[in-house]
This record gives sequence, structure tokens and C-alpha cells, in this order.
Amino acid sequence: MAASQEEVTLLGVTGSAFVCRVQIALKLKGVEYKYVEENLGNKSDLLLKYNPVYKKVPVFVHNEKPIPESLVIVEYIDETWKHNPILPSDPYQRALARFWSKFIDDRVVGAAWKAVYTVDEEEREKNVEESFEALQFLENELKDKKFFGGEEFGLVDIAAVYIAFWIPIFQEIGGLELFTSENFPKLYKWSQEFVNHPVVKESLPPRDPVFAFLKRRYESLSASK
Amino acid sequence: MAEEVVLLDFHPSMFGMRVRIALAEKGVKYVHKEENLRNKSPLLLQSNPIHKKIPVLIHNGKPICESLNIVQYIDEFWTDKAPLLPSDPYQRAEARFWADFIDKKVDEAGKGIWASKVDQHEMAKKELKESLKKLEEVLGDKPYFGGDKFGFLDVALIPFHQWFFSYETVGSFKLDCPKLTAWAKRCVERESVSKSLASEKYIYEFVLGHRKVSELD
Repeated sequence: MAASQEEVTLLGVTGSAFVCRVQIALKLKGVEYKYVEENLGNKSDLLLKYNPVYKKVPVFVHNEKPIPESLVIVEYIDETWKHNPILPSDPYQRALARFWSKFIDDRVVGAAWKAVYTVDEEEREKNVEESFEALQFLENELKDKKFFGGEEFGLVDIAAVYIAFWIPIFQEIGGLELFTSENFPKLYKWSQEFVNHPVVKESLPPRDPVFAFLKRRYESLSASK
Repeated sequence: MAEEVVLLDFHPSMFGMRVRIALAEKGVKYVHKEENLRNKSPLLLQSNPIHKKIPVLIHNGKPICESLNIVQYIDEFWTDKAPLLPSDPYQRAEARFWADFIDKKVDEAGKGIWASKVDQHEMAKKELKESLKKLEEVLGDKPYFGGDKFGFLDVALIPFHQWFFSYETVGSFKLDCPKLTAWAKRCVERESVSKSLASEKYIYEFVLGHRKVSELD
């Protein structure tokens, strides 16, 4: 019997970009874990017990100690399994990594979703503009690096999986031309590099079911007009 | 080479206070620049072009933005004294989670009172009370959120305590969080905290000024 039984569990839903972030981190570190698929329409007692504050996924549980919030989880994973580092070692670079990851959550995630999934046209347009502006900042920040993390992907790249995989799906559904190689050549090139990286590729959900689910949501939104 | 540390700040800001406390805990000498938020300096706009907000810490010409980010940076750069984040990864995760909760829930609810019209107060007051109750549960019987030692989460929350008076007065209600009040008294006994906090009165004057200019009443 092993001296210390590591018990690692991830509560998630297939198709969640936030859950995917954690899965990428775990794959990078080669950590074995038990995955529990939640039904957000009927949340399990386990989820409610482990994330009473927000009742959301992902929730990461390590030796029965729960951690919610994807970016908090990813930092925890990085600090617990130290090989293949996700955050840089230099304090200033770490501050930048945290800043841009949070930027993605604050300025890209909501706006990009609402750029498609909003019934009111004016509201939708406003969100398209905000998304554009936010992506422009990221385009400028990436410069000529292969990944935001440099030669290897890091925290910001992981946070930006939303941009690489999910935004293209939204815009296809909504007929929006926002994240294109014309508009954001560097960021677009980065997204192709990132989704094709072996670790990331293995962590992404299958595209078709996610597309189908998000398309149904879009259609029910338009129908409710 | 001499260390050059500059803080772009705004006295009543709870976010600015966090950084002041962290710098004081570490005994870091710095140049303090008070910003006029209605007329932001070129340095601020250049150092934080994305959010254009204070606080910004400029260390040897390199800007760091977002208060919790800055506090972590300070903790990771000046490691010789007063560790702010715990050493255990799980406790660090907890501290980060609750600090983020303060920003998401306490600050938002607070704004729903001090920076909002009266008709928006009911919802915000309820949210604020609930959020503070959760934080009291997190504190439990510990002297500090950090346990026996004053730490990251204490730094994150104590400036908000200075704003309670404004929330209560503008909202015409009482927050009723005795555990937090006792904890705050303990924090203020630290010199790093007492010399970094803006007074309740100063903050309230700022709030009144803001409400007048924004025609909230």
C-alpha cells in the first residue's frame, strides 16, 4: 500500500471552459484523478457540500479538501505538483501572469458570451465592441511569443483556452466574425498552436456535442424573443 | 542600484490601503503619489492603460496592477520578513479564494449602497450582510484570518472595515458583525495597519462628495 494515498477528484461538466482549464493543468502535471460529471440542473449533494458559496464547477478536491474557482485551483495544482511549472518563478512575471488571467475572466469571458447570447441588438453590439477591445489588448500582450508563457504554455494560455476553443464555437453559432486571423493575426496563430498542443488536445472536450449544446441554447434564446 | 518603489494611490480606497499595509508590513520604503481620480495623471494612464485604476505599484519602473496581485507580488519579492500568504498550498488556495470573494461580493454589495441610489439599497444590504456572515464563519475563533498570524486575507479585508461606517450611514442600517469588529480592533493594534488606514470620517466625506457629484440622492 502506498505511504500516502493521493485522492484527487474533479467535479465538472463537459463543455465548461473553466473545468477544461483544470483538466489541462492536471494533464500537464500527469496527475491521475477521478472525474465526476455534475448535472447543473440538479446539483449533487457533493457539489453543494464542496462549493457552498457559489455552487459551481469546477471544484477540485485533494485528500477531501475542496477548492473552487478555476484560477485558484490551477495555482494550487502548480504549487502542489512542482514539475512542468505553470507559473513563472520571477515575481514580476508571476504578477503579469495573474493580471492577464484575471483580465480574461473580467473582460473577455462575459463580453464574448454576450456578444452572441444577447437578444437585444444594441446590448449585443456593445459586447462585440468590448470583446474586440479586450482581444486587442491580448494581441498586443502576446507580441511574438509562441505562447503567453513563452516557449511553453503557462497560466495565461490555460486561462485563454476559452478564447481558443469556445469563442470560435460561439461565433460560428451566432454568425459573428470577431476572432479571426484578419482581426488578430498573432492571437489567432497562438490559438491554433495551443489547441493542437498534445496536452491541450487531450484535455479539450469533443467539439460536436459542445457545439450542438450551445447551438440549442442559442436557438431557444432567439425563440424566446 | 537603489530600489525605486512608487505607489499610485487614492487615500480612501480600500484597494490602496491593502497595498499600503503590505508595504508597511515588509518595511519597504516607497514614494507615495496621491492621484486625483477625476484628473488621472499621465503616469497612472501609462502604468495602467487597461483599467486606468489605482493602486499601481511601480517597482524599478515596472508597473504592477490590481491590489491582490500587488500584495502577492510584495510578499513574493520581499521575503525576508512578515510572510503574508501561508506556506501550505491548501491554506494559500483558501486565502486566495476568500480574498477573491471579498472583491466579488463585499465590494459589489458595498457599491450597491455607497455608490447607488436608495432604491438599489435593499438588495445590496442583504448581500452585504450575508457575505460578512460567511466571512465571520471563515474567521471562526481564530485571532486572524491567517490563524495566529496576521496575513493575506486580513490585509484583504481590514480596509473594507473602515468603510462599514459609510455603508451603515448611507444605508441607514447596522451591519451587526461582532466577530469582525473584534478582529478589526486586533488588526488596528498593528502599526502597519493603523498608519495605513484612511479614517472612517475621511471615507464618509469622500462618499458624500461622490453621492453629491453623481446626483445619487
